[in-house]
Amino acid sequence: MFLFAAAEGGTEHNPIVPIWQEVVVGIIAFAVLCYVLMKFVFPRMEQTFQARVDAIEGGIKRAEAAQAEANQLLEQYRAQLAEARTDAARIRDDARADAEGIRQDILAKAREESDRVIAAGKEQLAAERATIVRELRMEVGTIAVDLASKIVGESLTDEARRKGTVDRFLSGLESTGAR
Amino acid sequence: MFGQANVLAQGEAAFPPSVEDFYLPSILPWGAHDSYWFTKITAMVWIAVGILIIFFLASYRKPQLVPTKKQWFAESIYGFVRNNIAVDMIGHAGVRFAPYFTTLFCFILLTNFFAILPFFQISPNSHIAFPAFLAVTSYVLFIYAGIKHHGAVKFIKNSLIPPAPWYILPLLIPIEFFSTFLVRPFSLAVRLFANMFAGHMLLLVFTLGGFAMLSSNAWLAPVSVLSWVMTIALTFLEFLVIVLQAYVFTVLTASYVQGAIAEEH
Repeated sequence: MFLFAAAEGGTEHNPIVPIWQEVVVGIIAFAVLCYVLMKFVFPRMEQTFQARVDAIEGGIKRAEAAQAEANQLLEQYRAQLAEARTDAARIRDDARADAEGIRQDILAKAREESDRVIAAGKEQLAAERATIVRELRMEVGTIAVDLASKIVGESLTDEARRKGTVDRFLSGLESTGAR
Repeated sequence: MFGQANVLAQGEAAFPPSVEDFYLPSILPWGAHDSYWFTKITAMVWIAVGILIIFFLASYRKPQLVPTKKQWFAESIYGFVRNNIAVDMIGHAGVRFAPYFTTLFCFILLTNFFAILPFFQISPNSHIAFPAFLAVTSYVLFIYAGIKHHGAVKFIKNSLIPPAPWYILPLLIPIEFFSTFLVRPFSLAVRLFANMFAGHMLLLVFTLGGFAMLSSNAWLAPVSVLSWVMTIALTFLEFLVIVLQAYVFTVLTASYVQGAIAEEH
């Protein structure tokens, strides 16, 4: 049967007075719990959290580094390409300049050659003319003397006189021609 | 509740329940009333400690960057206390205290939870011994943290002398001393103890009341059923109290530590 105890029944224990044995047990048990969890579990959790942060940040950093390297390479290639283009243009310019120079050289040489040929021709012409004039002069003299001796009937054999006469005659001709 | 029903069936329990219902006979030596070294209460404390140690060690034996389900669960408990209590209350310096707060939180939560766990059905925290030493630990912790951070003189000055006109200080200093150094451990301990004590008492009243009414008059059977339904409802309420009190105890400890290491009053 159920007993209806008085409200004040059970004064053996006072609920707000700690039982010292329980305090001791509680302290020991809780100390063991604290020791194990705070030494072996939670620090490792912190480490794991940190490792996770590192992994994520490291990944981002690696990606950034790769991106930077790629950009740098691209820049480098662009620079090289530009340099190659400049080189090519310079080489073309050089070649053009060389060709122009060579052309000018050849032209100059050709002109020189032609001038030389013309000068030689002129010289030769002058020399031949002089020769012809000299021969002509001698022949004209002889012919004129022969003709005169035939006309006059006397042989003007005196060399000195003959030469002097012819020369005078020719000089007279020349001076007349020159006037 | 079945345990209590059995006890009732043997006619050994009385209605209304009394304080003595909280003090079960000793297990070793069996049935002794004045031996407290090995009772259901202390056994539950050891079981709680064992469960927590095994759970955390097992789930954190091989921590991985990408956590397993168990590891994730263990980490979420720690992460909750660390981020939502320690860091929120204290700031970055709170990370240092997070391991203790988490241990405290888990211990109180699990021992509280025994109040509604079948076959356990009483929380060790309904004996004031356990809340008391936890409160003393928190008390020592915040004083130690304050002295370590500020030095003894500055800590006591910070704690006792509020920024107030000098003529009101003679009134304020005793109040500050009273509230900071005398009331805090008591309020911490009594809050947790009283909640668990009252919760257990409520469940006892409604459970035993049902039996009492049933046995006194068969016509009261529907009311008995109502009483037991109330027990179930109150068990849900008790669950809320269990979680809330574990949280409150931890948050208050964090708050005391925060106050102790804060730069200004």
